[in-house]
Formats: sequence, C-alpha cells, structure tokens
Amino acid sequence: MVASTTSQEPLIVLDKVNKFFGDLHVLRDVDLSVGRGEVVVVIGPSGSGKSTLCRAINRLETINSGQITFDGNTLPAEGRALARLRSDVGMVFQSFNLFAHKTILQNVTLGPIKVRKEKPEEARKRGLALLERVGIANQADKYPAQLSGGQQQRAAIARALAMQPKAMLFDEPTSALDPEMVGEVLDVMTSLAREGMTMVVVTHEMGFARHAANRVVFMADGQLVEQAEPGEFFANPRSDRAKDFLSKILTH
Amino acid sequence: MPVFSDPANFDMYVSGFMWILKMTGVSAVLALVLGVLLAAMRVSPVPVLRWFGAAWVNIFRNTPLTLIVFFCYFGLYATLSVSLSDDIDLNNFWLGVVGLSVYTAAFVCEALRSGINTVPAGQAEAARAIGLTFAQTLRIVVLPQAGRAVIAPLGSVLIALCKNTTIVGTIGLLEASNIMKQLINDNGDQVILIFLVFAGTFAAVLIPVGYLFGWLANRLAVKR
Repeated sequence: MVASTTSQEPLIVLDKVNKFFGDLHVLRDVDLSVGRGEVVVVIGPSGSGKSTLCRAINRLETINSGQITFDGNTLPAEGRALARLRSDVGMVFQSFNLFAHKTILQNVTLGPIKVRKEKPEEARKRGLALLERVGIANQADKYPAQLSGGQQQRAAIARALAMQPKAMLFDEPTSALDPEMVGEVLDVMTSLAREGMTMVVVTHEMGFARHAANRVVFMADGQLVEQAEPGEFFANPRSDRAKDFLSKILTH
Repeated sequence: MPVFSDPANFDMYVSGFMWILKMTGVSAVLALVLGVLLAAMRVSPVPVLRWFGAAWVNIFRNTPLTLIVFFCYFGLYATLSVSLSDDIDLNNFWLGVVGLSVYTAAFVCEALRSGINTVPAGQAEAARAIGLTFAQTLRIVVLPQAGRAVIAPLGSVLIALCKNTTIVGTIGLLEASNIMKQLINDNGDQVILIFLVFAGTFAAVLIPVGYLFGWLANRLAVKR
C-alpha cells in the first residue's frame, strides 16, 4: 500500500473489523473512517465494544479479521514498526496509567527522550511548556500518587501530546474522576479539539459530545449502529437502540 | 575465650568468614544479573526464551545446592577439566561461586516475576502506547517497579545465599564452617563456645541485613 498524505484521505480507517473475546463477538464488521482534524465521539451502553474499538486503533487490542489503516499504512503486527506507529498515536486511559515511579515531568519527557531521541534539556523545556498548557506546571516534580485524579489525567494528556501525535485516542478519560474534576479535563480536551487535533473519544460526557464533536458514533452490541453530527444525533436519533439509550441517560 | 586467644586460631576464624563474605558478594552480583535476565526471558513474547527461563528455574530450584556444588567440582573441574584459577583455593572459590550463582539466580528470577505481577497492566500498556519497545517497557517501566516491590523477599534470598556459601566447604574451601569443624576437632573441650561464636557471627552480620532490606523496602516502595 502506498502511503499518501493528501488532506482528503482519512487518517484512520477501519474496514470490516471483527474481534472476539473467546465466544464473545465484541466488534462486528465495524467500518469507520476518521478524517484529519476530525473529532469523533463514540458513545453507547457499557459492553458495546467502544473501548475495544478505541484500543484496536493502536493495536493494544489485536483484531481477528478486517483491516485498520493509519495514515495510509496498515497497522504493523508487532515489533519496531508497531512501536513507531504507536508513537504517532497518543492514548489517554480511563485509569491515567502514569508511570508510578517517575515524576510528572519525567512521565512527560520519557517518550521524547527514549523514543524520539530528543536531547533531555530540549525535552524538559517542551515538557514544562506542555504541563503549563494543561495547568499543572507547578506539579512537575511530584509523583503521580501525590496528584488529584484530574491533575493526573491532565498530566497523562501532556504525556501523550509530548510525542507530537497525529491523532489522540481517549478511552473514557473522565470515567474514573470525581465529578468536580471532570470539567478541568474536558476543558483541555475541548481546546485540543479546537486546535484541529484528530481525536477519537470514547466517553459518557454528552455535553462534550454536543459541543466539541464533529460526529457522534453510536455503538451497541459490537456494532456501529448510527453516526451523525451531534446536533442531529441528539435531536433525532434514528435507531431504536439509540433512542432507548438516550432516553435512559438524558432524562436525569 | 581460650580457643580464640591463640592468634593462629583467630586468623583462621577471620579468614573463614572472609571467604564467606567474598562468596556472598560475588555470587549476589552474578545471581542478580542472571536473575534479571531470566525474569525478562520468562515474561518475553518469544517462546524459546520463555522455555529456557522456565527450564533454568525448574532445574536449579529443585536440585539440592550440595549436588550443584558437587557437580561444579566433580563435573566441571575434575571431569571436564574446567579450571577457573591456578590457585587451588581460588579455583574452589570460583567453582563454588558458579554453583551458588546459578542456583540463587533461579530464586531471584521467581521473586522478580512475582514482583512483575504486582505492576498494574496499565503501566506496560501506557509504555507501549507512547512507542516504547518490549525491551524498553520492561527495562524502564516494569522491572524498576517490580524490583522495588520485592526488595524484602530479595533480602531473604541474600541471607539464604550467605548461609548457603558454607556448602562450598564440602569441596575443600576453608570457609567458616570448615574452620569451625577443624577448631572443634582440635579443641574438644570447648565445642559449645566455638559453635556459639560461629553462629553468633552469622547472626551479627545477617540480622542487620534483614532490617536494612526492610527499611529499604519501605523507603523505595512505589506509591500508587
């Protein structure tokens, strides 16, 4: 496959992707393409395969059939080629997963130094600037366990951004946070979206989906049931599954 | 203490424990290096390496150390003519170190492997997600955290290693237990005293080591 970087070509393409956990069919013939600079929010009931879909894009989850293409290239199966691909795709986890034995600044500079071979001093400068941007520069020398959940998640976003990724994946980034900390993380994500970062966001935050997404994708039972612009989706869901889901979460 | 007031006896006592300390020190370093490599093999995605690591642990952990040290002497040296030094004492010392290291490495490996299991899977996932290779993930993220989690058990392995060095006496090295036997043979009237002095020396060295590792374990623990 020839790598091409025309801006029309989508950055992420999933083609007939299937995934099983034993007998459980978690992704069923999923087709999805995400354009450059597009923000796609994936919603759906739990167990619908949203997280698996998100994790398959940087191959933290392998797939059983189908094809995933990133920036014109099929995902490598393993080894250095896969590591290189992952370095171009930022990932933010539900449980932050900051390196527990490293300071916040070391968390942010580790990738640039070890993967991109940047000079430590340069990486440090950029790392501090990124921490400044997500509002936790004053926490740079603390360890993850000393920070609140919201601060940890913002540090995790800075760690992903430090790799200067072509796209960012968010796997339920606010689900493990106390309610008062959700806003500070969503603010950072919203500003990223405004700056044109390509994002795939699995979330239950309907407010974020409404104001930051270009497209909402609704999943149920491993299938991609419906996709539309957020205004359209929330006002006029077409499928019964989506209507049912929205009625359950929006009435409270 | 009439036995130890004889300078010749006292020198023997000191030289016996010097062998113990040297064997412990050298074997500890070698066993640690080997143990880390074996642990890395046992969690690697390459089946041959996993198989090799498992075979090593199963063979050396389940063979009595006496047999391993005997094999080093009668097998490696006497039969296969592997000589590690021209000096007879140093040769026995190094043969002993080989046996102690391969044996202790199996225990270091298993301690580290249980430590790896205490590191949440998300740590390795996050490392892979920023583009670190398998080896980098292990070296930079997983093993440092696993090592800190098993400092106390590694202390126990070190203490066991120190006491196990006395087994090298069976192939002729004049380490502490051999010296003790000799002193007892020559001074049949002071058996209890001699025994208590040798046992007490081990205790005096090893009890602080135990507390040191306990303190280190607390100090270096990874906060989650």
